[in-house]
Amino acid sequence: MFDWISWNVVLAVIAAFVKAFVVVNALLVAFAYMTLTERKVMGRMQVRYGPNRVGPFGLLQPIADGIKLAFKEDVTPSQANIWVHTIAPIMALVPALIIFAVIPIGPSLLIADQPWTWYIANINVSYLYVTAVASLGVYGLVLAGWASNNKYSLLGGLRASAQMISYELAQAAAALTVVILAGSINLYEIVEQQNRSLIPYALYLPVGLVAFAVYLIAGVAETNRAPFDLPEAEGELGAGFHTEYSGFKWSMFFMAEYVNMVNVSAIAIVLFLGGWWPAVPYLGETVAGIVGPIFFLLKLALFMFFFIWLRSTLPRLRFDRLMGLGWKVLFPVALVNLMVTAVIVALWPTGVWPFI
Amino acid sequence: MVMLSETRTESGTMILNMGPQHPSTHGVLRLLLELEGEVVVNCVPDIGFLHTGIEKTMEARNYHQAIVLTDRTDYLSPISNNLSYVLACEKLFNIEHDVPRRAQVIRVILCELSRIASHLIWLGTHALDLGATTVFMYCWREREQILSIFEFISGVRMMTSYMRIGGLAADVPEGFEERVAGFVRSLPPRINDYEALLTRNPIFLDRTRDIGYLSREDALKFGLAGPCLRASGVQFDVRVQFPYCGYEEYDFDVPYSNEGDVYARYMVRVREMRESVKIIRQGLEKLKGLKGEEYRIDNPKIAFPKREQIHRSMESLIHHFKLVSEGPVPQPGEAYGILESPRGEQGTYVFSDGSNKPHRVRFRPPGFYNLQALPQLVIGRMVADVVACIGSIDIVLGEIDR
Repeated sequence: MFDWISWNVVLAVIAAFVKAFVVVNALLVAFAYMTLTERKVMGRMQVRYGPNRVGPFGLLQPIADGIKLAFKEDVTPSQANIWVHTIAPIMALVPALIIFAVIPIGPSLLIADQPWTWYIANINVSYLYVTAVASLGVYGLVLAGWASNNKYSLLGGLRASAQMISYELAQAAAALTVVILAGSINLYEIVEQQNRSLIPYALYLPVGLVAFAVYLIAGVAETNRAPFDLPEAEGELGAGFHTEYSGFKWSMFFMAEYVNMVNVSAIAIVLFLGGWWPAVPYLGETVAGIVGPIFFLLKLALFMFFFIWLRSTLPRLRFDRLMGLGWKVLFPVALVNLMVTAVIVALWPTGVWPFI
Repeated sequence: MVMLSETRTESGTMILNMGPQHPSTHGVLRLLLELEGEVVVNCVPDIGFLHTGIEKTMEARNYHQAIVLTDRTDYLSPISNNLSYVLACEKLFNIEHDVPRRAQVIRVILCELSRIASHLIWLGTHALDLGATTVFMYCWREREQILSIFEFISGVRMMTSYMRIGGLAADVPEGFEERVAGFVRSLPPRINDYEALLTRNPIFLDRTRDIGYLSREDALKFGLAGPCLRASGVQFDVRVQFPYCGYEEYDFDVPYSNEGDVYARYMVRVREMRESVKIIRQGLEKLKGLKGEEYRIDNPKIAFPKREQIHRSMESLIHHFKLVSEGPVPQPGEAYGILESPRGEQGTYVFSDGSNKPHRVRFRPPGFYNLQALPQLVIGRMVADVVACIGSIDIVLGEIDR
C-alpha cells in the first residue's frame, strides 16, 4: 500500500527534523551565551568585570535573564495595534532562525554507507533563499515601530527599514561576486569550490577581498549592530523600534538580533572564508568530515568577537551618513567589483587565476 | 508652549517630546522638537523639572549654613559652587585679601581637580550619547580617583562643602600632596587614551565637525560662558580676566578655537584638562613651601576658632557658641563672587540687610545661558545632532533649575 515510500526518504525526513530541532536550540543557546560573552568581553575592554555573580564565572547569568524575561509583565501600550504588536517580534525572529537551514557547517561524508550531511537542506538556490528570508526580517522591525504608537518607535522602525533595504543591495552585490567566481548559487557548492582551489575567496585579490570587506560592513549594518545600531540608537531614540516592548516579546527581538549576527557571520564564512577550510584539502575526507565543523565554529567565534570589538570601540553613525555610505560608497564599489569579476571570469573561464 | 497631546501640526510636521525622561538630555531637560522627517524644524527647551528652591532656602539659613546648599546646584563640580558663594561672602565681610595663602593654593588645586572631574563626566557622557561606550567607562574610572581624593580630604565624595568663609573647613590630611601628585602623573596618558579613541576617529569627526555651529557674535549675544564661548573664538576666562585665589600667579594657557562647532568644544575641553594638570602641578609646588601654615582666617567673628582654643580660652568658646547659634553677621551691602567653573562663568550674588541671614542669593549658572543657544545649534539639523549638541554645551540641570 505504501510501497512508494522509500525508507531512505523517511530516514532523511526524520534526520532533517532532528537536525532542525538541534539547530534551533543550538542557536538559542548560542544567543544566550553570546549575551554573556558580549558582556564579559566588553567588560574586560572597559576595565570592569561583567556579570560574575550568578553561578561560576557568571555562567548561569543568561538562564537567570531568560527566566526574568519570561516572567516579566508583557505590556502593550493602550493605543497600540495589539495584533501587529504581537506578531512583529515573531516576524523578526522566525526568519532569523530558519536561515540556518541551508548553511553547511561541515563537509558531507559517508558513515556506515549512509550519507551524513552537516546541513538541514541543500537547495540549489540556497543563497537566494538566504537573501529572501533575511529581507523578511525587516518587516518585524518596521511593524514593531509602527504598531507601538510611539514616535520614537516609529522613527526607529523607519530607520530600520531604510537601513536594511539599502544595505541588502550592497550585501547581495558583494555575494554575487562570489557566486560568479564559484559558478554556483548553492552554498555547499561554493564552499566546495574554495576547498578545491585551496584558497578561500576572501584571498582572491583584489576582487574577493573587496567583496569580503563590503559584505562585512553591510553585514554589520544588516544586523543593526554598533556602529550601525541606528534603529535602536539608545542615545537618541530611547530604544528605537522596541521601546514599547517588554518581557518575552522584547527578548524575541533580542534573540533575532543575535541570531542574525550568527547568520551573517556564518554566511560570510561560507562565501568568503571557505567554510571548513582548511580542513578538507589538508586533513583528508573522513577527518575533515568530523573536524570541519570545529573549524567553522572557530571562525564563527572570531566573527562574534569582531562584532563585540566593534561595538565597544566605535561611536554611532548618523542616519544620513549611514545611507550615504550605503548608497554612495558600498553599493557602487560592490557593483564595480562585480563587473570586474565578471570580466575576469569571462576572460579566463578555466579558473586560472591571474592575480595570485 | 505646544501642547503634549498635539502630535501633528497643520504643516504636517511631527512634534516629538524629548525628555524629561530621555537617556541623552543629561538630567531632566525637556525638549519639544518639531520634526520634518528626522530634521528639526523648531526646538523649545523646557526647564524647571529639577527646581529645588535652593536660592530661596538660602534666605532662611545663616551665612555658614548656606554653604552646604551651594553644593547641590551644579552637582558635578560642587567645589566651584562652594567657592563662588564663599568668594561673594568674603567680599561682603571685607576679608577677601586676608584669606591665608595656603587656603588659596588648596582652593585652586581642588577647583582644578573638580574641573577635571566635571570634564571627565562630560567627555564620558558625550561619547556615550554618540554611541562610544568605552570612553564612558574609562572616564568614570579616573573621575572615581578624584572623588576618592575628595572623600579623603572631606569625608564626602561629591557634596564636600569644604570651603568656608575665610578659608577651608579643615586642613588637608597628611598624604594629600602625594595622592594628588600621583593622580596628575597618571592622568595625561589616560587623556591620550581617550583621544586615541575619539580625536581622529572618522565616525566621531563625522558626528561633530560642522555640527552645532555658533559664531563668535552669536556666542557673545547669548552670553555664553566657559568652553562653549572659547570654542567660538572668544578668549575669555575668568581665571585670567578677573583672577581670584591667586590664579594670576599660575602659568597656564586658555585653550580656544575659532571653529565654533561640537568638535571645537570637544577639543577645548580636552585641552583644558591638560591645562588643569599643569595648574595642579604648580599648586603642589607652591604648597610645599606653605607647610604648617594657616588654612583659615584668624578672625573669630567670621571663622570658627580651633578646637584646642575652645578648650582653653573662654572667648573662643563664646565665639564658637555665637558662630554656631547666630552665625557670622556682615554689614549691609551686596557682593558678587565670580569664578570660572567647568561650565563657565559661575557667579553668586549675595545681598545682605545686616542680619545673620542673606536677604537674597542669586546664582549666575553658566549652564542656563549656554542652554539658551541650543535651539540655534539644532534647528535644521537631524535628531542625532540634537544629542551631540546637548552633550557639547555640557549642561547640568541642577544649576539651571536651582
